[in-house]
Formats: sequence, structure tokens, C-alpha cells
Amino acid sequence: MTKTIFEPSILSRPVYGELEPRRGQGHLMVADGEGAEAILDCLARAPEAAAMLARTHIIYCPGPNGTDLSDRLAALGAAQFHRAPSFAAALPRLRRVLGDARMGTQVYLAGTEGLIGQALREVTDAGLPHTAVQTEHRGSTVRRVQCVHCKGITEDVRTDPFQCSHCGLWLFVRDHYSRRIAAFQGVNIDAEDPGQVPTPVVRFQ
Amino acid sequence: MSGAEQIPVVVKEVVPVNDLITRFRFVHREGRRLPSFSGGAHTVVEMDDNGIRRRNPYSLMGDPADTSGYSISVRRDDVGRGGSLYMHRVVRPGMEMVISNPVNLFALDLRARKHLFIAGGIGITPFIAMMAQAHRFGQRFELHYAARSRSLGAYMGELSERYGDRVHLHLDDEGTRLDLERLLARQPLGTHVYICGPKPMLAWVIDTATALGWPSEAIHYEEFLAPPTGQTFEVELAASNKRITVGAHQSLLEAIEAAGVDAPYLCRGGACGQCETDVLACDGRILHNDHWLTDAQKAEGTKIMPCMSRFEGRLLVLDR
Repeated sequence: MTKTIFEPSILSRPVYGELEPRRGQGHLMVADGEGAEAILDCLARAPEAAAMLARTHIIYCPGPNGTDLSDRLAALGAAQFHRAPSFAAALPRLRRVLGDARMGTQVYLAGTEGLIGQALREVTDAGLPHTAVQTEHRGSTVRRVQCVHCKGITEDVRTDPFQCSHCGLWLFVRDHYSRRIAAFQGVNIDAEDPGQVPTPVVRFQ
Repeated sequence: MSGAEQIPVVVKEVVPVNDLITRFRFVHREGRRLPSFSGGAHTVVEMDDNGIRRRNPYSLMGDPADTSGYSISVRRDDVGRGGSLYMHRVVRPGMEMVISNPVNLFALDLRARKHLFIAGGIGITPFIAMMAQAHRFGQRFELHYAARSRSLGAYMGELSERYGDRVHLHLDDEGTRLDLERLLARQPLGTHVYICGPKPMLAWVIDTATALGWPSEAIHYEEFLAPPTGQTFEVELAASNKRITVGAHQSLLEAIEAAGVDAPYLCRGGACGQCETDVLACDGRILHNDHWLTDAQKAEGTKIMPCMSRFEGRLLVLDR
């Protein structure tokens, strides 16, 4: 599976690039699911892959569709490889690594939008400008969506509209995105005509 | 009227700091408070030097919380175009002058977890204001200040006293030179570096940080260029239907202003982009001296920055 191409949309909708090996004092790579392949491709392009791997820390968790390429990443021989069962489980380690990191550390994020967005929020909270972080989308396109009404966040949204997992409202999934919340915005679709909810369509897989 | 809004001031103090540097303090002529500013801001000081109107930018070095007056420090340049000599020789307490509202092209990046300031010589001035601001807001910072000797390192003693071990002095004649690579390699994630000093120092810090993997977004610098002198040349101003001559020691912007044409500007040092002007015809070579236009734009020759750039050739027509 190669990197995902998204239709051009509004300005706040995140866009992703392609991971390139960069010069740096250290390399922190965070990925989920098929994002592992972006890491493998990036390292395959590195002019001095062995030297880069000796200063690379990889944090990985399986993707929302169950893809788990841990074995291939573990076989790379990076200085550190950590497999977590979920992003939430990886978070304490990520925060600790960022807290200890020095300027000159390159950050690479790959996989689903939920993983990239949440990891990017941690990295920018640690003080690195978001434009200095490389990202590449691979794998599932399911979305992390915040209900603008109750503020609850629903993970792995597949249909549009969908029912908020917190307050139960039917929400239209916008492309409008918040970097601070690391989520797309969901807006009640039947506010003016209660009960008139269009049939949900699978838009994110 | 172009440029930032002007303020009528009177010179309150003229204090020699060392052999080369003098500090000036301006207060409002009617005793009013001056506009507040942020660390890194500069003001443009107007000088009427025997009929030549000079407008030079100087960093505000006071505490941004103090709006009772503005302080600047000026290093005398004996071979410059004359602005610093005018400040040193002519400006005296009680003199009425005009300065601009503050403009900041070198602000603190408030996303930073830590600010690392690297100053060379007179480049210390914006950092004095930035440190006062960072200190007030409880932000982490560290200053590395390099000079040839202690006597030429203006304000070294006061800053060390005020900020203690957050101030590091690097003096050529005491052999305490800055180990830059070691310094930049040890900074915590989220540090932003700010550089103000001579051009080779800027390049040294930018190159070293970049080689270590620092992102360009975390590297900030300010370099005021003085407009270079050169050959006299002629320019046609199409919109105002005038033909002007730019003198050897005059900038194109100054010549446009001297002809009574109101042209936009802010920094007058090739950095801010405000004076960018379209070139309508050019038979000759534009000497681009700014660092605003990209190399591609400079090669194309359809834009010019009149505050810095000059011309050699037969004909230059500007949309002004």
C-alpha cells in the first residue's frame, strides 16, 4: 500500500507529505498500521541507513483495521523499537522521549490521521513547530471526530453522518480540522428538521 | 505618509557607554507615554543632516513594560554613510527629533520552550528588551554574548548582575570563545535560537544549527543592512512622471523621497519587504542588495527593493 492521496479541500484540512531521511542528531519515528511501510521506505532511501538506525527510536502500534507490521520494523535493528497495543498506551513513552530530546532531533509520523494528529500535538506541545515535523499518510482513512456540541471525541469514524458516541446526536463530518484537539469537527445534521437524518454512507475506511 | 506613524520626541539623555557606543533616550515632546512594544522591535530615527534626510532603524533596548521613553544604543561607524556619526556628533539632550512607532520584525516565538540568544557586539540591543520580556513572563532563556573585549562588550556587567548564570560572556581577548557546536547540540527540544550580530556570525550560527538538524522555523535572526554606496545612477518614476538621480552616498529610496514622492517603507534595511517596487523597464543590471527577494526573483529583474538596491546601466523605469 502506498501513500494516500486526498482530494484538495479547505485550508484547515491537514495535508501530508512523504517521509524523507533528514540530517539530525536523533530520529524519532511514530507510526501505526500501514505507516510502518512509510518508515521502511524512508530508511531504504537513507544514504547512511546503518548510522541513521543507530540513532533512531521507533514507537509503533497496530492500525485501526488490525494491520500489525511490528515484525518488519523490529527487524530493522533501530536503537530502540517499542510496540504498544494502542496510541494511548504509547503516550507516556512518547512524552518521556520528547521531554528528553534535544534540538536536532528529527520527528517522522506515519499512518492514520488519528495517530499523526495526536502525535503531532504532543510534538508541538514539546515546542517543535508543526511545520518542522514530517508526516505521511498510509492505511486506513477512518477519522477522529469531535462533536462540536458535547465536545466528546469519537475515534475511528467510518460513516457520514454518524452518531456521536457521547451525546447521541447525528453528526455531519466536516473537513474542518483542529490541530489543538487533533480531530475533525462533527456538526449536528438534523438540527433544523429533527429526525431528518440522511442515510449514513461509508466515507472513511 | 509611508512608514510607521511618527512620534515627536525630545532627546532626554545622551550617555557614552564605551569608546564606540552611545546610548540615547527619547521621551514624548508633550510628556505623553510612548506606544508599548515587544522585545526585538525597532524604531526608525529621522535625522536632518545638513539637508540630507536620513532615516535609520535602531533596536529598542529598554524594558518593553516601560513606556515613559525609548532607549537605543548606536555604534559609531567612521566609514559608514553618516547616520551613526550624526547621532554621535550632533544629537544632544534637549534636541527635538522625530522617530517612528515601533515595528517588530524580530519578535520572540512564544511557542518556544526556551529562548537561546546569541549576540555579537552591538547586536546585544534587541536582546536586552527580549530578556526583560521573557523574564517578566517567566520564560526560560539563556544569553551568549560575544565581543572582542570586556570594555567593548556594552552592558555585559549589568546583564550578568541582572540575570546571573543565564548570561554567558565570550571574549576574544580572554580566550573564552563560544563553543557553538557544543552549545547547539545540547539544547532541549523546543528551543528557539535568536542571533543578532555581524554577518559572518549569523552565517556561522545558521549553518551550524542547520547541520545539527535544527529546523529553520526555530532559527531567528535580524540583520539590518546599511544601504551600500556606489555609482550615481538615473531612474525614471513612471507613476509620478519624474526622472531622478541617485547620488553615490544616497539610497534609491532616499532619492525617491528627496524628489517628493511618497514611497512605502518600514525597515529601510532590506528585511521587511515593504518597499518592494515593480520594474517596468530595465536596460542594464540591478544590483540587488536586499535579502527579501528570492534568488529567482532577483534573476528575473521585475522587482526591486529601493531601500537597498542600486542600478548600473542605461535605463531603469519603476512603477512609482
